[in-house]
Amino acid sequence: MPAEDGSESRLRVRKTYKLAIGGAFPRSESGRSYPVEDSSGALLAQAAQASRKDVRDAVVAARKAFPGWAAATAYNRGQVIYRVAEMLEGRREQFASEVAAAEGGTADAALRSVDDSIDRIVWYAGWADKFAQVAGSANPIAGPYFNFSVPEPTGVVAILAPQESSLLGFVSVLAPVLCTGNTAVIVASERRPLPAVSLSEVLATSDLPGGVVNVLTGFTSELAPWLASHRDVNAIDLTGVAAGDRADLQRAAADNVKRVYIPAGEDWTDEPGTARLTAFVETKTVWHPIGV
Amino acid sequence: MAAAPPFEYAPAPEARETARLRSSYGIFVGGEFRAGAGETVPTIDPSTAEPLADVAEAGDGDVDAAVASARSAYESVWRDLPGRERAKYLFRIARAIQERARELAVLESLDNGKPIRESRDVDVPLAAAHFFYYAGWADKLAHAGYGPAPRPIGVAGQIIPWNFPLLMAAWKIAPALATGNTVVLKPAETTPLTALTLAEIIAECDLPPGVVNIIAGGPAIGQALVEHEGVDKIAFTGSTEVGKLIQRSVAGTDKRLSLELGGKAANIVFDDAPLDQAVEGIVNGIFFNQGHVCCAGSRLLVQESVVEEVIAKLQDRMTTLRLGDPLDKNTDIGAINSAEQLARIRELSDAGEAEGAQRWSPPCELPARGFWFPPTIFTGVSASHRIAREEIFGPVLSVLTFRTPQEAVDKANNTPYGLSAGIWTEKGSRILWMARQLRAGVVWANTFNRFDPASPFGGYKESGYGREGGRHGLEAYLAR
Amino acid sequence: MSIALSSPFGGDVAALQEATRDETTLRRFLHGLPGVDQVGAEARAAALATRSIKTASKAWALDAAVRMVDLTTLEGADTPGKVRSLCAKAMRPDPSDATTPAVAAVCVYPDLVGVAAEALRGSGVKVASVATAFPSGRASLGVKLTDVREAVAAGADEIDMVIDRGAFLAGRYGLVHDEIVAVREACGSAHLKVILETGELATLDNVRRASVLALLAGGDFIKTSTGKVSPAATPPVALVMLQAVRDFADATGEVRGVKLAGGIRASKEAIRYLVMVSEVAGPRWLDADHFRFGASSLLNDLLLQRHKLARGSYDGPDYVTLD
Repeated sequence: MPAEDGSESRLRVRKTYKLAIGGAFPRSESGRSYPVEDSSGALLAQAAQASRKDVRDAVVAARKAFPGWAAATAYNRGQVIYRVAEMLEGRREQFASEVAAAEGGTADAALRSVDDSIDRIVWYAGWADKFAQVAGSANPIAGPYFNFSVPEPTGVVAILAPQESSLLGFVSVLAPVLCTGNTAVIVASERRPLPAVSLSEVLATSDLPGGVVNVLTGFTSELAPWLASHRDVNAIDLTGVAAGDRADLQRAAADNVKRVYIPAGEDWTDEPGTARLTAFVETKTVWHPIGV
Repeated sequence: MAAAPPFEYAPAPEARETARLRSSYGIFVGGEFRAGAGETVPTIDPSTAEPLADVAEAGDGDVDAAVASARSAYESVWRDLPGRERAKYLFRIARAIQERARELAVLESLDNGKPIRESRDVDVPLAAAHFFYYAGWADKLAHAGYGPAPRPIGVAGQIIPWNFPLLMAAWKIAPALATGNTVVLKPAETTPLTALTLAEIIAECDLPPGVVNIIAGGPAIGQALVEHEGVDKIAFTGSTEVGKLIQRSVAGTDKRLSLELGGKAANIVFDDAPLDQAVEGIVNGIFFNQGHVCCAGSRLLVQESVVEEVIAKLQDRMTTLRLGDPLDKNTDIGAINSAEQLARIRELSDAGEAEGAQRWSPPCELPARGFWFPPTIFTGVSASHRIAREEIFGPVLSVLTFRTPQEAVDKANNTPYGLSAGIWTEKGSRILWMARQLRAGVVWANTFNRFDPASPFGGYKESGYGREGGRHGLEAYLAR
Repeated sequence: MSIALSSPFGGDVAALQEATRDETTLRRFLHGLPGVDQVGAEARAAALATRSIKTASKAWALDAAVRMVDLTTLEGADTPGKVRSLCAKAMRPDPSDATTPAVAAVCVYPDLVGVAAEALRGSGVKVASVATAFPSGRASLGVKLTDVREAVAAGADEIDMVIDRGAFLAGRYGLVHDEIVAVREACGSAHLKVILETGELATLDNVRRASVLALLAGGDFIKTSTGKVSPAATPPVALVMLQAVRDFADATGEVRGVKLAGGIRASKEAIRYLVMVSEVAGPRWLDADHFRFGASSLLNDLLLQRHKLARGSYDGPDYVTLD
C-alpha cells in the first residue's frame, strides 16, 4: 500500500496470521484459512481456520505444559505475567491500530482499550502470589488435627474468547486462567481474531513456556464442540459462545464432569472480581495429627 | 578433624567499582537530594574500618521538612491515586532493583560487612520481591479481609536497623505505599548507603515527590520522627530496649505503632532429626549474616540423647566456614557491623566463659583491620547463664539440652522474647504440636531463616507486635 | 578440641557388624538411620555450588579432575579398535600439552578388558570393568559371579558392579548385602565399586540406606549410576553419598571412595563436585583413590578449560581429540 503522506511508496510486507500451539506458530493442519474483515467490511487478512486436529494438538500441548507451569512458584508466574504486560506496553501503538481495525471506533478508544488490557494483565500478575491467601485457609476443625485448604489449578482450560472485545475481552478471560497455574487452549473471536494472534506473539516473547497458552482461530461453532467433549480438558469457559448454543456444549462437557464457566454479562472495563480465579481451581484439604 | 584443605580457593573478589560509590551522600526529601542540616559523618566499611563516604545527615528542620513533604504528597497525590496506578509505581521500583541488583549487592556488603553471596542471593532479590508482592495488593485491598474499602492511615515514620539495610527499607516502604500511605524513613546510622541508592531508584521511577522521603541520621533524628505530630504511624525495627522507649513515647497519642524487636530463638533438635540437614539449619540459624539477625537461632536446644553426635557434626561443619573479605564470593562469614557491636559480642562471650560454659571456635584467621569475630559455640550452657538469656546479635551459639518435648517447649518459651523458633524432627505430628505450643511468631520446621514477602513475620511478647509480609502485613498500614 | 566423638551410626565397628547379622536386623538398622530432608539437602548442594573457583585453584581443580576420570565406553557397538583408541587418549589426553595428567582408569565391558589391559600395560592407568549383568543386574548370582571372575582373569584392576535394585526396593536388604559380599570375594585383589543406580532408588533416604549397605558389605567405592538411566549423578545425591562415606570413616576409620557417573559433561560441574568432596567429606577424599568421575565427554571439556586458562582465550572442539 502506498504511504498515506504521499511520500515515495514502499510495498509493505504482509503478515501471515497463524495458530499458536506448543510454543510454535503452525498453520492449520487442514491448510484452510478464512477472510477477516475490518469493521467497514474491507479485507484485513486471512486467518488460519483451525480444525479438530488443531484442537487435539493444542490440548496435547497444553497438557504437556501443565505440570511445569503448575509447579512454578506463584512468584514466578506473577513475574512472567507481568512481563507479558511489559511486552504489550512496548507494542501499544501496534495493538491500538489492530484493535481499531478490528472493532472500528476512534483511535483514542482503541488506545484506551489497549491500556486497559495492559492494566488488566498487571492486575492478574499481582494476584498470582496472593490468591492462595484469599482462597485458602487453615481450618479450625474440632480435633487435634492441623487442617488446611489450598487452591490448586484444575489443569487444561478451554476458553471461547469474547466475540466483540478483541483484545481486552481476550486478555480478561485468559489472564485469570494462567494466574492460577492452569494452561489454556483459547479460541479467539471468530470475526475479530487478529489482535489475539498478535498477542500470542507477545506471549511467546514473555518467558511463558511453550504450550501454556495455545491460540486457535477459526469458527467457534466448529471448534467449541470438540473442546467441550474433549476428555483431557478439565474446564471450559463458554463466554464467546452465543447463549442459545451453550446448552449443547454443557451437555457434552458433562461427559468428563468438566467445570463449566458461564459468564454473567460482563463489562470488560470494570474491575473483575475473583469469580474467574475461583472458577478454575480445585480446593485441596489436608489433615495431619497434632501430637508428640 | 579436618585440617586446612589442600583445595585452596583463590580469592574471587567481586569488583568494588560495581558499587558506584560516591564520595558524599545527603538526604532525599520532596523528591530532591540535598545535604542534611546535621553533621557530616563518614560511613565506614566494617571489614577494614576505613571510611567509604561522607553522609550529610539530617538536622534541625529536616525532619519537619520531610514530614511536611510526606503530608503534602499524601493529601494531594498519593492517598487518592487509584490503586492500580500505585501498583504500577511499585512494580517499576521492583524491576529497577532487579536491574541494579549487582550494584546494590556490592554496596550493601561494603557498608554493612555481610558477605557478597548473601547480599547478592538473599538481601537484594528479597527486596525486589517485596516490592513485587505489595505492588499486587495496591488495587486489591477490598479482597484482603480488611473490609470493602480499606483506607490508608497517613504519613508513616519508619526507622530501620543496620542488619539488612536495603531489605528492611523494602519491608517498610512497599506495604506502606501499596496501601496509600506516604513515608519518612530513617536508615540506621552505620548503613545509610543502600537506602539512599533506593531513593535514587525511586526518583528514577518518577514516584511523585514526597511520597517517599529518606533521611539519614542518628538516634536524635529517630526520636524527632517518632515524636513528630505530623506522623500518624510509626514502624520500628530494632532493639527491644529502643522499642520500649518508642512505645512509651507514643502513649497517649493517636499514633499507630508496629514493632519488630529482638529475639533469642530456640532451635530445637530432636533425636530423630535428619541430622546433616539439622546441622545445616543450626549453622544457617546462627551464622547467617554473622548472627546479626533478630530471629537468629541463638539457642540450640538438643535432645540430650544425641547431643554429642550433633555437636561433633556441628564442629566439623564449622571448620569449613570461611571468614574474610565480604566482597570475596567464597566468604561465608563477614565483618561485625561496628566497633560497638563487636564490644558487646566480646563482653557477652567473656561472660559465657566466666559463668562456666565451654567455648569453642574453629581455627580462624581474623584480618588485622576491621571488626571481626569467629563463629563460636558455647556448650554446657544453662538457662540461667547470660548467654542463654540476652541477645548477643553475633555469631555465637549457646547449646542447651532437653529430655522431652514438653521440656523443650518450656525451655524455648522461657524468655521475654518470642520472635522465632526452629524444630528439627522427622515426625510431622510433633512438628505441628511443637509449633502450636511455641510462643513465637515464626516457626521453622526442618529449615531456618527462610523469608518470603508472602509470609508474615513478627514476634510475640517483647519481640514486638504487628506482622510484616503477607496479607497480614497490610493491616499495620490501614485505618481501623 | 571437640566433645568425644560419637558414631553417627550409633555404635562402633562391632555394632555395625552386628547390624548385618540377619535381614531383619539389617532392615531395622537401615530404617533407623537418620532421614535425609530433601529440601535441606538440595539447599546445601546449591549453596556449595556458589563457590567461585578461580585462577590457581581452578587450575589445580581441572588437573585433579582429569586425574579422577574413569574414561568410559559402554556401548553395544564397542570394538577392540574403539577401546584401543580410548586407551590411547586415557594415557595421553592432550597431544598438544604434555603437562596434562593421565586419567585414573578406562572403563569397559568385561569382554573387552583384555584389549584394554594390553593397551594400557605399564602406563599406570587402571582397567575398570563393569560386571554383574550390567546395567540391569537382572541375572542369577551364578551368572553375575562368572561375569566378575572372567573380567578379573582378563586383567581388570577394578570391578564396577550393580546392586539388585529390585531386591532393594522390595526390602530384601540381606540379599543385596550378600551379593555384594560374594562379588567382593570374587574380585580377589581387584577393587570393587558398587553402583547403586540412584535414579532408580528415587529418594535420598534410599540413597543413604543403599550407601551404608554397600559400605557395610565391603564395597571400596560407592558409585551413583550406570549412566544408562536418568537422572544419574546429581548434587544432592552426591552430597548424601559423600556424607555416608564420611560417617563410615568416622565410625570405622576406613576411608572408602565415591564415584559419580552419568550426565557430568562440563568442567564447571566437575569443579563443583570437587568443592563438595572437600567441604562435605574432607580433603582425604580429594584423590583418585577416593573419588572418581565416570565420564566420556567430560574429559574434553576439562581439556578445553585447561587451554583457556593457559592461553587466556576460548577454544573449540577442533583443538581436542575424539577418542
